[in-house]
Amino acid sequence: MDDAPLLRVRELVASFRTDAGVLRAVDGVSFDVPRGTTVAVVGESGCGKSVTALSILRLITSPGRIVSGSVELEGRDLLKLPERAMRDVRGKDVSMIFQEPMTSLNPVYTVGWQIVEAVRLHQKRSRREARARAVELLRLVGMSEPETSVGAYPHQLSGGQRQRVMIAMALACEPKLLLADEPTTALDVTIQAQILELLRDLQQRLSMSILLITHDLGIVAENAAHVVVMYAGRVVEDAPVRDLFAKPMHPYTLGLLRSIPRAGPPSGRRLHAIEGLVPDLRRLPPGCRFADRCPMRIERCTREEPGLIPVGTGASAEEARASRCWRADEVSP
Amino acid sequence: MSDPKADLFRPGPGPGPAPPEKGDSPRSPTLMATDRISKYYPVQRKLFSRTERFVRAVDGVSLRVRRGETTGLVGESGCGKSTLGRLMLRLVEPTFGRVLYDGRDITHLSQRELRPLRRRMQIIFQDPYSSLNPRMTVREIVGEAISIHRLAKTRADETARIAQLLERVGLRTDAMDRYPHEFSGGQRQRIGIARALAVEPEFIVCDEPTSSLDVSIQAQMVNLLVELQETMGIAYLFVSHDLTIVEHVSHTVAVMYLGKIVEQASAADLYKEPRHPYTRALLAAAPVPDPERKRVRLLLAGDAPSPMDPPPGCAFHPRCPRAIPGTCDHEPPRLEETTTGSQHRVACWNPHKE
Repeated sequence: MDDAPLLRVRELVASFRTDAGVLRAVDGVSFDVPRGTTVAVVGESGCGKSVTALSILRLITSPGRIVSGSVELEGRDLLKLPERAMRDVRGKDVSMIFQEPMTSLNPVYTVGWQIVEAVRLHQKRSRREARARAVELLRLVGMSEPETSVGAYPHQLSGGQRQRVMIAMALACEPKLLLADEPTTALDVTIQAQILELLRDLQQRLSMSILLITHDLGIVAENAAHVVVMYAGRVVEDAPVRDLFAKPMHPYTLGLLRSIPRAGPPSGRRLHAIEGLVPDLRRLPPGCRFADRCPMRIERCTREEPGLIPVGTGASAEEARASRCWRADEVSP
Repeated sequence: MSDPKADLFRPGPGPGPAPPEKGDSPRSPTLMATDRISKYYPVQRKLFSRTERFVRAVDGVSLRVRRGETTGLVGESGCGKSTLGRLMLRLVEPTFGRVLYDGRDITHLSQRELRPLRRRMQIIFQDPYSSLNPRMTVREIVGEAISIHRLAKTRADETARIAQLLERVGLRTDAMDRYPHEFSGGQRQRIGIARALAVEPEFIVCDEPTSSLDVSIQAQMVNLLVELQETMGIAYLFVSHDLTIVEHVSHTVAVMYLGKIVEQASAADLYKEPRHPYTRALLAAAPVPDPERKRVRLLLAGDAPSPMDPPPGCAFHPRCPRAIPGTCDHEPPRLEETTTGSQHRVACWNPHKE
């Protein structure tokens, strides 16, 4: 296979109409997802990471809309497809799992019925074949007693089991790309570890790509090969995971990394905090969107917004990294 | 106990009487303590069936919080940690056991007798969206307790107090006449803290105070709580599912599983030498922000059992990698000192050694 990325997002803009005017939740976002790897999109609430994922599947509905940009899956721009063709892409080429498995499953049907539905939507299979496939999928995602659990209703399952069912549904047609939007945020930490382990294992076995949306840098470090850091609708840093953690090149990334409490001998009880608040997307400052909270701010930052500029010494495409900061080279832990 | 149902169940084999005050001297005195406290909730009984079943949300827990210090309480959803916090404040009535505040047994005080104590004990909730009345201004929210306890003489006095509280928690005083929806999650949590501080408490139950906040805001909130403790000497029960953050802010940490404390130690000891397999599993499950680290996974299989139907013996044994058949599934272990006189206590038949 060629080494062109599976997914190529370019200058994506998605906006929402609100009472106080139009805001751009996603504002010129570009990144790639190579084949068979996990790319993490990390950022805090409201940074646009979920809207980015939803835009890839064109699931943004009014008052939101995709304004411009392109989302190329294997060279085909999904934003230009007719809705009918798009319906084929969803679930077959690209699937999505969400944070809250209870609200994403239909409470009045058994999980088996719902998986069968997902299978038969894209594949010509008889009900019996589809049901066999459902059992197989439940086994694949590590459900205990898959033959019994096909008959279970969502409320009879625990949060972790529901998320396994969601994953089984998402994998029904062996998608090339799985969009996982905070897949473990609602789960307990021991269950989270199980689900992440499962996703890593499935990725290897099915060689699919995963776009992992998360706010947790610990999850990023353990699961992703590449990281896209978002802040207030913009990509502020884009780097291979090791490089990002070894040497963040945006002050926001550095601040995020330093604000995580680490297990270890107590080193003073205070945490490093990023002071201030995320800017209001309806009233953005003229310069860098992080300038207001940035300890490295210079006069230029409040006047002129930096572009997402290639930084570092990466020679190959896998090593390439970029930062949206005038002083990217000076950022140091 | 006057409850006629009381003899239906034996109180669980708790850890014995409240930890004695021995070996206590260099540290601050105990402010809040529970003595083998339990909360059983009756669950719907079947039609025609006379047996009533109970969920043992909290089962014979003895825990203390020292004056000016933080006791961290960590565990997963449904383990009973929030109920324990509410039992301490008598927001939930215990089925068995006692609550001791500043040496006084407050278990059976009437609501009226409790009122003066309410000034000294407060709570901060997890969700700053649902815990603030949307129809009240910040002034009313923070000022309510001030007027209930008549802590201000005049209206001007009250306003000055509210302004001072808002500044104390890092809000601008012009926030006073605005409504909760005008604030972000972190700011709302600050309003909740200002409300708790209004009566100058000595003890605050912080019930997952940072769980709904973003990382960078979470750090701001932890720092604020630490600073308030240092300057005002407030004691906290810090309830959270996040062991890393609990270790960070606490002097003592207790780990809870299915209504019981399974391990308890100073924050440093608990990290250095976790003894209970569940504590180890919690530590190992937390994702570490270091891509170079080799993943040493201690994956717990399965889910936590239902507290309505706990397994016999140690409640953790079905998921435990160290369970000894014939022992762990038979008899519940007691919470005991790891070595005589140690503050490190563990409830396990087969704990990890150093």
